[in-house]
Amino acid sequence: MKKTLAKFAAAVALSAASVIVPAKELVIGFSQIGAESAWRSAETESVKSEAKNRGYTLKFSDAQQKQENQIKALRSFVAQGVDGIVLAPVVETGWDRVLREVKRAGIPVVLVDRGIKVSDPSLYTSLVASDFVFEGKLAGSWLAQKTHGIANVVELQGGPGAAPAIDRKKGFGEIVDEFAGMNIIASQTGEWTRTKGKEVMEAFLKSQGDKIDAVYAHNDDMALGAIQAIKEYGKKPGKDILVVSIDGVKSAFEAMVDGDLNATVDCNPLLGPLALDALEAAIAGKEVEKWIVQKDKINLMQDAASMISSRKF
Amino acid sequence: MITDSISVPREDRLSAIRTSKLFWPLAALALLLSFNLITDPSFFAIEYKNGVFFGSLIDILNRAAPVALLALGMTLVIATGGIDLSVGSIMAIAGATSAWLISHEVVNSLWLILAISLGVSLLAGLWNGLLVTALGIQPIIATLILMVAGRGIAQLITNGQVLTFSHEGFEMIGGGAFLGLPLSISIVICSYALALLLLRKTALGLFIESIGSNPIASHYTGIRSNLVKFSVYGVCGVAAGLAGLILTSDIQGADANNVGLWSELDAILAVVIGGTALTGGRFSLSTTLVGVVILQTLTTTILTHGLPVQYTLIVKSAVVIIVMLLMSAEFRHQMKSLFQRGQRSE
Repeated sequence: MKKTLAKFAAAVALSAASVIVPAKELVIGFSQIGAESAWRSAETESVKSEAKNRGYTLKFSDAQQKQENQIKALRSFVAQGVDGIVLAPVVETGWDRVLREVKRAGIPVVLVDRGIKVSDPSLYTSLVASDFVFEGKLAGSWLAQKTHGIANVVELQGGPGAAPAIDRKKGFGEIVDEFAGMNIIASQTGEWTRTKGKEVMEAFLKSQGDKIDAVYAHNDDMALGAIQAIKEYGKKPGKDILVVSIDGVKSAFEAMVDGDLNATVDCNPLLGPLALDALEAAIAGKEVEKWIVQKDKINLMQDAASMISSRKF
Repeated sequence: MITDSISVPREDRLSAIRTSKLFWPLAALALLLSFNLITDPSFFAIEYKNGVFFGSLIDILNRAAPVALLALGMTLVIATGGIDLSVGSIMAIAGATSAWLISHEVVNSLWLILAISLGVSLLAGLWNGLLVTALGIQPIIATLILMVAGRGIAQLITNGQVLTFSHEGFEMIGGGAFLGLPLSISIVICSYALALLLLRKTALGLFIESIGSNPIASHYTGIRSNLVKFSVYGVCGVAAGLAGLILTSDIQGADANNVGLWSELDAILAVVIGGTALTGGRFSLSTTLVGVVILQTLTTTILTHGLPVQYTLIVKSAVVIIVMLLMSAEFRHQMKSLFQRGQRSE
């Protein structure tokens, strides 16, 4: 009697399990660049936790900033017969050959946060990333509204030649051009860092002085450096000189709570859900958009205090 | 300096000035500054507010301070015929160590923070020295190891993020003022004076030069070249650590990924502009410092003049080439003979 009861229970458990688990559990490979910043760690975590939620098996590979490691990882994913691949490419070029191998194996590839240059765009399924031009526009629009369209702006650019720097400059410039009263009076690279951002802002304050109404920085770190320079110059950042930047990292929220930073545009690293949605659709044979845009928004000083605790990066 | 007696005829004195090691670097600096004087006289404006001086010139000295410290150490290493590529990474390690100590509230005393951070930098420098002397590895390879690994160590300490902190005493190092000038300037002056005292008032400077110009001969004269080299790398490490602390204190955060990135190249360039040969031998700390100021003047000039970002590196390298050519005796000689030939044909 006991035995049959146990058998019965096992059968119930089995049938229940078969209801929850899909016919074939998906196996996904994720080749990540590395863990060089909090932003990237947050992105990794987002893909990992989303895969876990969906019951996927995730094969994770950290390339430690090297393309050759990523290429090796992709080949091993093919050898292991994964169902789909998520790739955060460390550089733009040099992917043709390995992606052709992946395509031949019939495995869809979704790129996250950065694009690549390939001779044949069908080598990858989709790119899930923010629109850097839009981010620049968002920052510019906020500034135009805040200053009623009249402002002398200094710009701290990202690293020369980097796609986010080029696009964030372009988007912001397009908005500024719409307003006759808005001018970018100085623009130099702060190389994405606090130290350089501070040094460049010091020089701007010496050469432009009281003319400066606002600072636009391509990332939060440079804005934080500029804020220090403004303070040391004897002005109040966030009030005498408005400061707006991009990325929305936690330390930027801290600066907003302190009243030093006016606004920061999100460049959200939590791309896991969108990327896995795209991959799932591709595996199911559905049409997927080539560029799935992460919808970024701008965060303002007055809302910072209530949002800061939920910032993960 | 001592040869400057009254009995020397005027022309000889002029040529003595011109052949002085300091002449051409100073001339290049004067040229750069006069460019600024013509295009933007406000470059020279200095204001006094809240007890500190403000102005582009002050900025130049303040921003040059970290590289100046690196270059002082680098000069000594290069004089022994070596090179130290790891200084940028040692900066990151020192910065990360200090930020870690403060933010984890391990120690609170400023002096203890300085002692531990600089102690770690000393160890890092001595590690280089060990590889070069005890194991006989080529300096460029030996220090490349720490250049790559050191930044990784710093990233481990900070967890790969910008580790911010607040510590009233420590913030003074990069942000404080002494006699109305940024404290960093005083730090450089003190280090320079200390180095001069050690090198020129004792035989140490001579030892270094002799090891650099002829290691075998100096070995036979009884100089313990390995000990000298070992300690020179240690000194270079401490100087780099101090530079790292200045930058870390300046932004009140340790940015292990970026602090001092590529600054070993700036330091080497400053040494070369200062006229110390990369092959080792005779060195001059004062011309190295002029070299550092030239580089920073160039950077600040570009920033204040609003040169488009794409041209910055080209302009920088062009100016560096011109400065180097000006300083090359051979080039000047060729120019002179070209000029004279031109006159003869007239």
